[in-house]
Amino acid sequence: MLCIHSMYSGINISQTDARPMYLQIMEQIRARIAAGDWPAGKELPSIRALAAALNVSVITIKRAYLDLETEGVIVTRHGKGSFVAEVNGLAGELTEAKLEEHLAEAAALGRQLGLTEDELAVRLRRALKNPDKKS
Amino acid sequence: MNDKHLSMHRVRKNYRFFTLDDVSLELEPGQIMGFVGPNGAGKSTTLRLAMGMVAPDAGEIRVLGCAMPADQAAAKRDVGFVSAEMRLLPHATIEWHMNFMKAIYPEWDGGYAATLVKRFNLRPEQNARSLSLGEHVKASLLLALARRPRLLILDEPTTGLDPVARHDVLSELLDVLRDERRSILFSSHNTVDVERISDSITFIDRGRIVDSNNKEDFLDRWRRIHLQLPPGSSLPELPNIVGRVTDGQFVTLTTNRFSEGLRALIGPHVREVQRMTLEEIFVANVMHHREARGQ
Repeated sequence: MLCIHSMYSGINISQTDARPMYLQIMEQIRARIAAGDWPAGKELPSIRALAAALNVSVITIKRAYLDLETEGVIVTRHGKGSFVAEVNGLAGELTEAKLEEHLAEAAALGRQLGLTEDELAVRLRRALKNPDKKS
Repeated sequence: MNDKHLSMHRVRKNYRFFTLDDVSLELEPGQIMGFVGPNGAGKSTTLRLAMGMVAPDAGEIRVLGCAMPADQAAAKRDVGFVSAEMRLLPHATIEWHMNFMKAIYPEWDGGYAATLVKRFNLRPEQNARSLSLGEHVKASLLLALARRPRLLILDEPTTGLDPVARHDVLSELLDVLRDERRSILFSSHNTVDVERISDSITFIDRGRIVDSNNKEDFLDRWRRIHLQLPPGSSLPELPNIVGRVTDGQFVTLTTNRFSEGLRALIGPHVREVQRMTLEEIFVANVMHHREARGQ
C-alpha cells in the first residue's frame, strides 16, 4: 500500500506556492487546530517523523514548530515532544483573528463602493439573516 | 573530541587541468547536507576524497572520527557510498549482490532489505545487466541502505531518475534521518530536490566552496528587491548587495543578507521584495563569486 504515512498526508507542500515551505506547514497545522481536529493537549508528531512523512528536511519542520511555539499555538516540553497549547479558546482566538481580517476587508470594500456606516451595517444584518447566501 | 560525521579542513587536490582548493566542510549527526555545483565543479572529487578513494595534497579529512585516508578501513565499516560510476556485476542478480553484502557486513539488515525491495519495486532474481537506469540506482542504494551505515555519501543519487523513482529515493533518504545518529551527504544539481530535503547546503564552483549554510538561513537571507528610482533621485550606499541590474528607472538589487533595516534604507522606492528559490540563490551566488575573483 502507498498510504504508509496517511496520518499526516493531508498536509501538503506546493512547489508553486510562493511562500516558503515552513510557512505552508505552519498554516496547515494552525488550520487543523482552529478546526478542532487537533485539540488542546494533543501531541504533535515528532519533528523527525513529520519530516519523513512530508518528505521535507528536519530543519524546515523545526523552523515551523519553533515559530508556532513563539506564537503560542503549540508548547514544546523538553524531551517529551510538542503539544497543542492548552490556552483557553485558542481555536476561538484564531477564528477571532480571521473575523477581524474579513471585517477589515469588508470595510475596505464598503469604502470603495462609497457606502456609509449605516448602509454597511444594514448589509451585515442582512448577511446574518441569510447565513446560506454567499454573495 | 570531534563528534562530526564528516569534517574537511582546507583540503587541496591538484590535477593537471583542475584544482580543488581550500575545501572545508562539516556534517553533523542527524543532518542531511546537499552539495550543489555545476558540472565539473569538483563535487565528485570532494566525495571521493571523503571516501578515502584519493588522498588530498593538503588539508585534513575526518570521517566518523577517523583520519582519511589513513584509517579508512575503520571508517568504511560504517559508511555507505553510492555513485553513478559504480556498476553492479552485470551477470549477477540483485539477490546475489544482497547475499554478498550480507556476507561482508555483519550489520546487514535482511528485513529492511526485503522492505526496500518492495518499496523500490525491484525483482531480486533479475540480472543487473537488464536493469533500467532507475532500477540500477535503486538497487545500489538498497545495498548501501540495508547495511544501516551511520553516514551515507551519495554522488548524484537522483540524476536520470523519473519523477516517481526520485520520489521513492528521496522518501527513503528522509526515512533514514528519522534516526538522529545517522547523516547523509549527497551531491546533486537538482536544486529542487536539495531545497526540499536538505538541512544544510554547500555550493561549490570551479574547485572552491562558494557558500555553506543551513537551508533556512539561505532562503531567509537572499532576496531580490525591485525598486523604482524617479529621475533625479539616487540610492544611498547599501550594504550586502551582491547584484544590481538597472533598466531606466527600474532597479533590481540582489542581497545575501536581507533585513528590514535594508528595506528602510532604500525607503519609499521599494516596489517589491521577493524571496528566491534555491536555484536562483545558487546562480546569483556563483556569479557573484566569479565576479569577485575576476573570472
